[in-house]
Amino acid sequence: MFCYKTIMITMKRLKIVALTAVLGFFAATVNVNAQDVAEGEQIFKNNCAACHNTSDETLVGPGLKGIGERRPLDWIVKWVHNPQAVIASGDKYANDLFKKFNQAQMTAYPNYSEDQIKSVIAYIDAQAAPAAPVAGEGGAVATTPAEGSSNGGMMQYILVALLGVMILVLVALLSIVSSLSKLASVDPNSDEAKNVPFFQKIAENGKKLAANSAFKTGAALLITLLIGKATIDTAYGVGIHQGYAPEQPIQFSHKLHAGQYEINCNYCHTGVYKGKGANIPSANICMNCHNVIKRESPEIQKIYRSLENDEPIQWVRVHNLPDLAYFNHSQHTNVGGLECTNCHGEINKMEVVEQRSSLTMGWCIDCHRKTEVNTKDNAYYDKLVELHNKENKEPLKVQNIGGLECSKCHY
Amino acid sequence: MENNTKRYWRGLEELTNEAEFVKYAHREFGDAPTTDEKGEAIIDGTNTNRRDFLKVLGFGVSAVTLAACEAPVKKTIPYLNKPEDVEPTIANWYASTFTDGGDYASVLVKTREGRPIKIEVNPQSSLTKGISARVHASVLSLYDNEKLKGALIAGASADWKVADKEIISELTKVAAKGGQIRIVSNTILSPTTKKVISEFIAKYPTTQLVTYDANSLSGLAQANGGILPSFDFSKAKTIVSIGADFLGTWLSGDEFSEQWAKTRRVSSAEGGNKEMSRHYQFETIMSMTGANSDYRATYKPSQEGLVVASLYNAVASKLGATTIATSTVKVDHLDKAAADLVATKGASLVVSGSNDPAVQSIIVAINSLLGSYGTTIDAGSPVNYRSGSDSAMNSFISEAKAGQIAAVIFYNANPVYNHPRGAELAEALPKIGLTISTNDRADETGSLCKYSTPDSHYLESWNDSEPKKGYFSFIQPTILTIFKTRQAQSSFLTWAGLNGDYATYLENSWSAILGGKVAWSKVLHDGIYELGSTVSAVTPAVNLAEAATLVAKNYKATSDKMELAIYEKVIMGSGSQANNPWLQECPEPVSKACWGNYATVSLATAKKLALEQEVELDTLEVEVTVNGKSVKLPFIVQPGQANDTVAIAIGYGRTKAGKSADGVGVNAYPFASVVNGNIAYFNVGDVQVKATGETAKIARTQTHNTVMAREAVVQETVLGAYKKNVEAGRFKPEISTAEGKKSALDITLWNGHKYNNHAWGMVIDLNTCTGCSACVVSCNAENNIAVVGRQEVINRREMHWMRIDRYYSSDADVEDVKGLEYASENPEVVFQPMLCQHCNNAPCETVCPVLATTHSTEGLNQMTYNRCIGTRYCANNCPYKVRRFNWFRYYQTDEYDFHFNNDLGRMVINPDVTVRSRGVMEKCSMCVQRIQAGKLEAKKEKRRPKDGEIQTACSQSCPTNAITFGDMNDETSEISKLLAVERKGRAFGVIEEINVKPSISYLVKIRNKDEVVKKEEAKAEHKEHA
Repeated sequence: MFCYKTIMITMKRLKIVALTAVLGFFAATVNVNAQDVAEGEQIFKNNCAACHNTSDETLVGPGLKGIGERRPLDWIVKWVHNPQAVIASGDKYANDLFKKFNQAQMTAYPNYSEDQIKSVIAYIDAQAAPAAPVAGEGGAVATTPAEGSSNGGMMQYILVALLGVMILVLVALLSIVSSLSKLASVDPNSDEAKNVPFFQKIAENGKKLAANSAFKTGAALLITLLIGKATIDTAYGVGIHQGYAPEQPIQFSHKLHAGQYEINCNYCHTGVYKGKGANIPSANICMNCHNVIKRESPEIQKIYRSLENDEPIQWVRVHNLPDLAYFNHSQHTNVGGLECTNCHGEINKMEVVEQRSSLTMGWCIDCHRKTEVNTKDNAYYDKLVELHNKENKEPLKVQNIGGLECSKCHY
Repeated sequence: MENNTKRYWRGLEELTNEAEFVKYAHREFGDAPTTDEKGEAIIDGTNTNRRDFLKVLGFGVSAVTLAACEAPVKKTIPYLNKPEDVEPTIANWYASTFTDGGDYASVLVKTREGRPIKIEVNPQSSLTKGISARVHASVLSLYDNEKLKGALIAGASADWKVADKEIISELTKVAAKGGQIRIVSNTILSPTTKKVISEFIAKYPTTQLVTYDANSLSGLAQANGGILPSFDFSKAKTIVSIGADFLGTWLSGDEFSEQWAKTRRVSSAEGGNKEMSRHYQFETIMSMTGANSDYRATYKPSQEGLVVASLYNAVASKLGATTIATSTVKVDHLDKAAADLVATKGASLVVSGSNDPAVQSIIVAINSLLGSYGTTIDAGSPVNYRSGSDSAMNSFISEAKAGQIAAVIFYNANPVYNHPRGAELAEALPKIGLTISTNDRADETGSLCKYSTPDSHYLESWNDSEPKKGYFSFIQPTILTIFKTRQAQSSFLTWAGLNGDYATYLENSWSAILGGKVAWSKVLHDGIYELGSTVSAVTPAVNLAEAATLVAKNYKATSDKMELAIYEKVIMGSGSQANNPWLQECPEPVSKACWGNYATVSLATAKKLALEQEVELDTLEVEVTVNGKSVKLPFIVQPGQANDTVAIAIGYGRTKAGKSADGVGVNAYPFASVVNGNIAYFNVGDVQVKATGETAKIARTQTHNTVMAREAVVQETVLGAYKKNVEAGRFKPEISTAEGKKSALDITLWNGHKYNNHAWGMVIDLNTCTGCSACVVSCNAENNIAVVGRQEVINRREMHWMRIDRYYSSDADVEDVKGLEYASENPEVVFQPMLCQHCNNAPCETVCPVLATTHSTEGLNQMTYNRCIGTRYCANNCPYKVRRFNWFRYYQTDEYDFHFNNDLGRMVINPDVTVRSRGVMEKCSMCVQRIQAGKLEAKKEKRRPKDGEIQTACSQSCPTNAITFGDMNDETSEISKLLAVERKGRAFGVIEEINVKPSISYLVKIRNKDEVVKKEEAKAEHKEHA
């Protein structure tokens, strides 16, 4: 760890340089517009969303709706840069706030410029201002899946009902056929017809049938095919763990964190836009919030214990790719612009994470066949798109740029 | 077509086309094991016959079926506290420095999740331009399980505190009595370490630091007024080396290689550089440097001093200076060399590998006559690569024998193994009351010491170094200590009664120099701190007359006695890293043999001694006896070696280094003699070589494949011809068709490929490839290539994706038996790196029954291991024989105990590259993992990849930049520009006539020789020889 320490010093220095450059850039473009709201959204989601709502609901810290009107801008800037200093200065509002939230300190963000903070406020206002449409949208989002599921239910009922009707029709038709054939073929007065009991007749017919070689072959073929299909299905299923939802050492709920509190995935899975792995968050990331929130929960206590005992938490890996396949998250999320839910399913609704996709090679290839390349504003693809469009009318798909080649994933 | 008269061969057996050779020539991999005896390894070493095999198969099938029912639970364990800068799956790079005695390289260390996995050159360094095979391999030595795991007292593991307490009390006792204390070390490059040792000496004033080098150059320093001047080969137009392997082992091979290559790079562009330096090499053995020279001649070790003296006289008489009295030695090309040296006065350089101060004094005199000081030699910026003193070490051993030493600390020095008087020292050690070793393992010396206080590996350490005056570089740890080791500097500080925190000591010391901790962080980040230096034309004063007298006394003009030469292999070096399987398995550039040393003799000498080399790997065992001491080892015929000499390499014959090194080869150090007070790496005493009657095997890769008499494999010409015609030496195959003769490149059945995006390719300049094999080891490290061990190399199953083919050539006719014999005495040598050529019409792709090898839209020939079923059709159909079949599970099997069968060794594995299992084909992927990573980086930044940003392991490692890799679709890339010029000049594809359209082009080798060497002349010269 020695090296980290020293390198960190240098890296920090470099970061400061980089930030100064960024700040300079922002100073040059001071006007609040959509771009700023977008920037504010990014800053908010990456830094603030873990503890604050844009509504007036309290999360860890107070809801921020109307913060722009509630407090003067210079106060907010001071507070964001160094909350401790504001409290220490004896500011009444700050001290009340501090007391109200059990003397929990907000993390200081000394590197954000006034303009960046302004854009965060702009974003909060933008979230709050068209309150009705947002709520409406939210409602729609909430109800659509419900409708969807009831729709699904309805379809099933209709299908079952249809099946019932069909069976009834079949029975009716069969009974008509049988009575008609009886009338047509058998002389009702013959002894044969009278004496031979019904079951014996069926047995005789059965024997005749069993002796029929064509029937025998057909039956054997059918059985073989059925067994064969079952075997192939099972064999194909070997190693596929779709639906795998193991119990985790800590009952962490994505539904709560990602769903209800809308914490950006990137906040905990720090590598998802940068690296090959999305990364399971380290315990210190949990501690960013949980050194204040729900400290007493037995599940949170487990994190404390592991930190105290210096024993890492052994999570159970849900999504397993074979070692021979190389998969890089950043290629798909950062470059490809795919949502996490694309492969992981609606993770924001999962109490326990389960593997939704099959993660087979067929599944990968299928997606590479269908998916258009996210070429927008990416100079890497400009020439490729141009060359592709000369010869094709179809948009550029992943398969057109070698997305089906072996060494895309195997090396 | 001028090559038609020239014949290339890889070994003498190919030249003479022996029956046994022909038998093996067509079998790339040797026979599959069939008999019980050999079948041992079929299933991981169990003695398996058919029934057992079926049982295992049956069990395996049911086990797999059962195992498949339930997925094993895999754990994923994140950090508790993630370090801010470490992001799992993203590599971190740290600047550091490799030092091993006087060997030096400024490096970048790639770490993944906190473990170092790859070493690359630090591009900011102005000294290190390429790193050698040994530096590449050093990362594997970090994970060597056979290093000491903590302090030892009398062989038993002990607590550090206890050891420190005992050592301090014993040292205090010794010091109180005024007993002599010695610290024995190899060259120390670190100024702060020297400071620490002086702190120790201040505490214990009877202490003296004794520095020696296993590959000593103390004679060079003695002749140069106590310093080693820096040499600049890039300014030289004529280079004469007398026994100095300056591209390999002499002083600073990598630095000199880069400088040398600068003078050898030519361009076929109009107005491009068509001048080259001319390189003469006079030597006893066929060294790598000799193999790269333009003119080469041999002498016997006993003649060395007189060769130098003769050269002096030749130069002096041309310049009108006084000559020295000496008997003349007849060596080819010596007068020509002198003439060239004089002609390029001021841009000439003469170097010698001799350790004799008298010989080096004459070299100084030659260089000062030629005005080299201030141009090609700079005494103003001395280098510190070797600071050992042979006389100091000699007197230490004598004192130890006399019982005059009370305490000794071996600071990472192993003189019992690597000093000629090692055996005497081993006997004397029990007489020394307190013996301490900081060596990383209980080696030949360490195991004889009472206390072992193992030093940490350089990748775990803090340090600095000053390889050249005014050029500093720094070492920072890239991993916490793996075992309970402690830096030797901390030990010295602790024993001196100071705070043992060397990291702080170093930081404070440098912060004071640089003026603050921020500046310290910066130099640590950069890895270097260079003040630069001013060139000085000062010429050291030498007593030429005295030197001439000594030379006349110690050397003889003629001798028909057998003599022994001792040399250092560029791969293995002095043997300090002998327990490194990557190095052991990397073939020596010239002999192409690995896993051991051997006695080399010339063809004529072999005949004289009635030694007959059998074919391939079978050879005879010989017993070499020098002044009564003898060793048994295999012998090989080495073309180009001086007659009546036998040569053995140092660095082998370790006994206590570890599993990969112990018992491999024999130790040649004890045979070194003393001339003029210094160690001489030869012996002209009573040298006997005789066959023991036993046969022996040598693991040799060279003759595993043949060129099948194809002419277009290596192409070469001489500079004069090239100046007239840039296509000189090119072989342009033509094929007769119904419409007359056509270029072979115009006839194809294939439709070809279209590359919209990238077209990756490589150009290899045969003119600057020195054969140093740094690329081979770099490729091993990058691509998780398995080490297979000596026996499997003998079985022709080495796994290297990249090999350097070495061809001997001569102008003599095939029928001219005498001529050939002469030619094999001193052949020309061409090195040709050979790797998958990524053919655009790839023969391997068409024969794979399961489409496991296919072509990519970026011009790569892809190999998909998980699809491969191991038919080996592709290898059979590969014209270049670059596909390797993976026979065993080298990573999990105890038979292949080369660091990879344990968890520690496996930490070096590159996580971005699949570890191949048995039963699949593998080959060069053109580092597709690096290509993919580079493309991804570009995509993330929404731009095209920049040229040079994506490098293969081999192209990045090449000290001479002989390998250019890049995107041939990018018109601005270096490779595109190079090919645009050289496609009309030197560029050729190997075996072009079969038109497989390789993505790798080679550039014709050019020798700076006079244009026409008539056969009559060659014959006449030969007669003269006979």
